[in-house]
Amino acid sequence: MQIVEIDRLSYAYSGNLVLDNISFTIDEGDILGIIGPNGAGKTTLFSCMLGLLDDYTGTIKILGEDIKKKNNKVFKSIGYIQQKKTIEQNFPATVEEIVSLGITITDKTSKEKIALALETVGLLAQKDRRVGELSGGQQQRVLIAKAMVNNPKLLILDEPVTGIDLEMQNKFYSLLEKLNQENKITIIWASHDLDAVNRFATSVACINRSMFFHGKTYEFFENPDLLKAYSESSMQAHMHLHNHTHRG
Amino acid sequence: MILEVLEFGFMQRALIAGISVAITSSVIGLFLVLRRNSLFGDALSHAAFGGIAIGLATNIYPLWTGLTLSILGAVGITKLRQYAKIPADATVAILLSSGLALGILLISLSGGFTLDLFSFLFGSIMLVSVEDTLAILAMTGIILSIIILLYRQLMYITFDEEQARVSGLPISKLNYLFIILASVAVIVSMRLVGILLVSSLLVIPNVTALLFNKGFKKTALISVSLSIFSVVIGIAISYAANLAPAGTIVLVSTAVFLTVLAARHYSKKKQIVKKLEEARS
Repeated sequence: MQIVEIDRLSYAYSGNLVLDNISFTIDEGDILGIIGPNGAGKTTLFSCMLGLLDDYTGTIKILGEDIKKKNNKVFKSIGYIQQKKTIEQNFPATVEEIVSLGITITDKTSKEKIALALETVGLLAQKDRRVGELSGGQQQRVLIAKAMVNNPKLLILDEPVTGIDLEMQNKFYSLLEKLNQENKITIIWASHDLDAVNRFATSVACINRSMFFHGKTYEFFENPDLLKAYSESSMQAHMHLHNHTHRG
Repeated sequence: MILEVLEFGFMQRALIAGISVAITSSVIGLFLVLRRNSLFGDALSHAAFGGIAIGLATNIYPLWTGLTLSILGAVGITKLRQYAKIPADATVAILLSSGLALGILLISLSGGFTLDLFSFLFGSIMLVSVEDTLAILAMTGIILSIIILLYRQLMYITFDEEQARVSGLPISKLNYLFIILASVAVIVSMRLVGILLVSSLLVIPNVTALLFNKGFKKTALISVSLSIFSVVIGIAISYAANLAPAGTIVLVSTAVFLTVLAARHYSKKKQIVKKLEEARS
């Protein structure tokens, strides 16, 4: 079954084409690693998929539903973790309270669901601590628990380990693998870490405004021509961004 | 002596209305403080001032005209923020000064300040009527019921609006509902401390409660308790010493804040010394 179907998606911002004719599908149970240089349109792609931007052309279907119809049932089946942002240290909420935000309908099983999600991310013992007191890696795991507490069918992760130490990153990737294999959650994950994508993703989409490559992970990483072309395009994008920033 | 005072009808009404206002303002204020919107209450109360002046000039019950203008102003500046991308603090300043200007204009047209207007500006908790007390109780009941019902959604928006939107929450509707509740809370609180001091009831107990470093529910409960404490002690002191109740309540609240702040500072210092001694031994 296809969880995500994107057909000829294009999006322009202030006269600049940010996404150009992107098409791909994701099968149930896949881990799709999305790679691309800074400014390639990864976050814009996610914003379109999550209904945060809707002035795009083309269609995006998640669980068979066009997301422009704003069907709440579909959005409740998606867990989303954005690029790491620091939780304000003084925000008065415990770990348990933050995870509870992910529950859409409160019932007798809510406590059990929260405990299970916290156990999965290894933070059950910390449930009564204030979330602002935790380390960056632990906070990210709290946000994962929040994203998965409602048992989502699709997890969208936008560079989730930026700013987290290496040990925590490895724990995080192992957790993703566990969620994918045990809970059958389909995962889309944007990353700059090619090594991690090679190890954990089942397929790869490489975008730089338009689709550069989409296929199985080994097809990308075992093809030296593709890797070379990718690093060249990343370098060009980096130079473009660098020049743009310095001119600005 | 205390029991005798409590037999007075005006004192009973003052305490009932005061405690209701303490609960409402601290609950609404927690969300405002955490959204970095502490001065929003001030803007709402000043907009209400314009509305009250309209009510007094046209012989319509001023609390209703105040509430209407406060809600219209709040919805207006929310729309202004969304569409004109004007910073939040600037929109607050626009609403605050426009409401006050309207009030001043109407007062000058109707021949100056009246006793009624003074009671709205500086509060008149000892003068609340049975009707006022019942209205305050009803509004408190409505606000609390809605907040308890939507507590998790409002907390989610306060924690991270974008994530809340992605999860399918109707953010826009919830935000409008919240500012209407905040407007009602401000109108209710005005009876106690007046237009000029309303924001203190919304802000000070919550800032104090945040110093305890607890979770969301516990912070809300601490804030409500501190707010009730300040109102009851403030009313008692003002009665015993013949002081203005509004000012006394707010100063008690500030004293509680400073005490908690000092206690926290002392306890932190003590912990550092203890850790150093442990490290040395």
